[in-house]
Amino acid sequence: MASRVQQGGRPGGARFAQFKLVLLGESAVGKSSLVLRFVKDQFDDYRESTIGAAFLTQTIALDEQTTVKFEIWDTAGQERYKSLAPMYYRNANCAVVVYDITQASSLDKAKAWVKELQRQANENIIIALAGNKADLVAEQPDKRAVPTADAEAYAKEANLLFFETSAKTAENVKELFTAIAKKLPIEQASQRGMRGAAGRTAGVDLGSRAEPGSGAGGPGGCNC
Amino acid sequence: MPEEQAPGAGSTQPCGDSESQQKPQDHINNGQVSDQKQNDIEPHQNEDNTQLAQSQELTPPPLPPRPPLSQAGSLRLSKKPSRPQLLSTPTTALSLADVHTQSYNSEDGAGSPASRAVSRKHSFTHFGRFVSNNNSSDGDDSASIKSYIPSLDARVENESILGDVAGDDTNPAWTALNEDYEKDDPFQTIFSPEDEALSDQIQHEFEDVESEQAEGTSEEVALENWKAKLKHFFILSASGKPVYSRHGDDQLISNYVGVAQTLISFYQGAKDPLKGFTAGSTRFVMLSKGPLNLVAISRLPESDAQLRSQLEALYMQILSTLTLPSMEKMFSNRPSTDLRRPLQGTDVLLDGLADGFTRGSPSALLSALECLRMRKTNRKVINDTLLKVRSPNLLYGLIVAAGRLVSVVRPKKHSLHPGDLHLIFNMLFEAGSVRAGGGENWIPLCLPGFNNTGFLYMYVSFFAASETTTTNDEAPPEKDDELAIVLISANKEAFFELRKMRDDLVSQLDSNGSMSLIKTALRKGHASCAEIVPGTVLRHFLYKSRGNVQFVMPAFEPHFNDLVARRRLMSLYHLMHESIHSRTAHLKVQHSIASNATALAWETPLFELYCVAGPRASRAALAQGANRVVQWIRREEERVFIIGGAVF
Repeated sequence: MASRVQQGGRPGGARFAQFKLVLLGESAVGKSSLVLRFVKDQFDDYRESTIGAAFLTQTIALDEQTTVKFEIWDTAGQERYKSLAPMYYRNANCAVVVYDITQASSLDKAKAWVKELQRQANENIIIALAGNKADLVAEQPDKRAVPTADAEAYAKEANLLFFETSAKTAENVKELFTAIAKKLPIEQASQRGMRGAAGRTAGVDLGSRAEPGSGAGGPGGCNC
Repeated sequence: MPEEQAPGAGSTQPCGDSESQQKPQDHINNGQVSDQKQNDIEPHQNEDNTQLAQSQELTPPPLPPRPPLSQAGSLRLSKKPSRPQLLSTPTTALSLADVHTQSYNSEDGAGSPASRAVSRKHSFTHFGRFVSNNNSSDGDDSASIKSYIPSLDARVENESILGDVAGDDTNPAWTALNEDYEKDDPFQTIFSPEDEALSDQIQHEFEDVESEQAEGTSEEVALENWKAKLKHFFILSASGKPVYSRHGDDQLISNYVGVAQTLISFYQGAKDPLKGFTAGSTRFVMLSKGPLNLVAISRLPESDAQLRSQLEALYMQILSTLTLPSMEKMFSNRPSTDLRRPLQGTDVLLDGLADGFTRGSPSALLSALECLRMRKTNRKVINDTLLKVRSPNLLYGLIVAAGRLVSVVRPKKHSLHPGDLHLIFNMLFEAGSVRAGGGENWIPLCLPGFNNTGFLYMYVSFFAASETTTTNDEAPPEKDDELAIVLISANKEAFFELRKMRDDLVSQLDSNGSMSLIKTALRKGHASCAEIVPGTVLRHFLYKSRGNVQFVMPAFEPHFNDLVARRRLMSLYHLMHESIHSRTAHLKVQHSIASNATALAWETPLFELYCVAGPRASRAALAQGANRVVQWIRREEERVFIIGGAVF
């Protein structure tokens, strides 16, 4: 943790801020692939399901003066992990809710996530909606199941950033994260020495949403 | 196979049936064989057994002449005060007799006809025919080993994975030939058509049955591919819904799952659950666990007990995802629950386990773990560092290098269950998703051996062994080259706490030099047999320390380089393991000879040792090799094993 503070105190009027980002969405829509593209600029054709959640970081430069570091929670999309999600979005500054533009049902799931975030997460959370797998539609237009206009209209109505992305071709991936970074309160965060982003490191404000008997809280509820 | 002897096994019970009928037959068979096939016994073997058998059939048995202490090849442990019990075990005494008789009988002629008849019963011309070496007075027992495992014998004789053609060893020229012809890599040579088929198949064993279909071939081809698999695992719910199948999609397997379900429920209805049966050369083993039925189908030489323990591991993986109460609740709410939904995404973990079993895993076979070899003082420094940086919510902490344990930190009252560790290692090193992420992971999982009712939370962070820095932003390197720090907590909010502990741990290990020691040891890999026991005839061995529940093995190279050779080696280990673990076996030492390898299994209360050498290796050389392995292990004990670990 100490190292981050040092980074923050960069000389020469440079601004550095660190934010917590969470990825949510149905399983197999490409959350991990988007992160892998963003963090390592790689793509795996056969990516196995995420188990639990993965934590990654990536730093982007918005301009010569401004650097933003994302701490990314890439969550698993399966139902059985649902009850753990609040732990990941609780202190998030921003969220990317992902759906698959070739699967109409995945947008419904994404809408449910947006609703939950707007109700339960940080008041000022920045939410981006990402329609992934644009490459599939570029190859075969009839594969599209969610018209861009529909998703865009919904995003506008719910006040979300919106991109159609392809983790495979890298289309709009960088743009997505840059757009989020631009909307984040960098000035505030860098002045506060990242307290906003790093608040959870104290580990004291946790547990408010923990379920009773939390041990078996994970997949307990879902036998649908 | 204990289960096969279940009481009330009627004439419809396949296993019980074969057992009761074959027992007397085997007696006769043994007698006949001994008269007809005197030549097929390897001469050394014959005389040893003659001597031994004679000595044991007389009462009281005459004591064999005591060999000089310094005699090479004696399976004897030195008189070390810390291990007094070893000296007095029957094992040791027997081995002395064995080895000694061989050493002076080798130039002797054949024994008397009577002794030959007896000795034949106790000789090993074939890995498939495991007969007790030290048990000749109890003819009933030794003879019935075969009958308790009807399939084992049949399998091995019909399609020997070891490539031993039946009748091959009856040729008198065989031994002579072997004297001049030492194969470098015995298992790499294909001996029979069956063997060739197996070699071909194992190359395709892990491919998708559908893959060829996608390229335009028919459903029939997919079915052929499916049927050609050496091994299948099915998991179905009590109501017959498929939960998991290693190979094939729903459409392909539905008929077979239906048949399995019918068979299982028929016998369950009769209150006489089906444990296993053989069809052709294929063994079927069933395991019922609460609301699940698990089926293993194998054409490899594995015993029922071994297959059953593989099914147990798959079951533990399912519990690890769901916990027992939550799974039971699903089924009690709705018996027709489709468990595949809640298990979604864990196929890779089940596949990882299943494929490990098909390839043959020493760890799974021995139910033991392997440690990274390291100086005692170095390990102590690592343990102390772990204790020093331990954070309050930590339950278990592990440092794992390519599937081998480097160090453990654990509470005094909780040891780690090998089955749980197997699940963790499988998740980290077999299934790719955790490693491929390239980040840190926070994984809820149930460790059924620890507590099957609740979840723990596992922090995992990988390091590349090749770099000097420890940033986790590097691309994941080769699988066998990786170092993981695993920190387990009961608190689901402990991620950042454990992450800090990881940071502290890494920086301290870096500064006290331990990290580079671990990486050096990891990069060095397994020592070869020749490095461990210079000049030995041994090509590979497995040594399990029973007290530590850990095992040691040398590198597979240079003798077992590819998948097929390793699978054959593992099959040999499976057979030896079964021969000293089957309930009817009272073997302490077993020496086996086949045309492509010689092998020795040795069991004491402290350890199990399985050694494999080339076909020409003499018994004395093999025994000497085994002895030297044991000496080496004793010398290196605190390097090759983690004794206790860091305990708080």
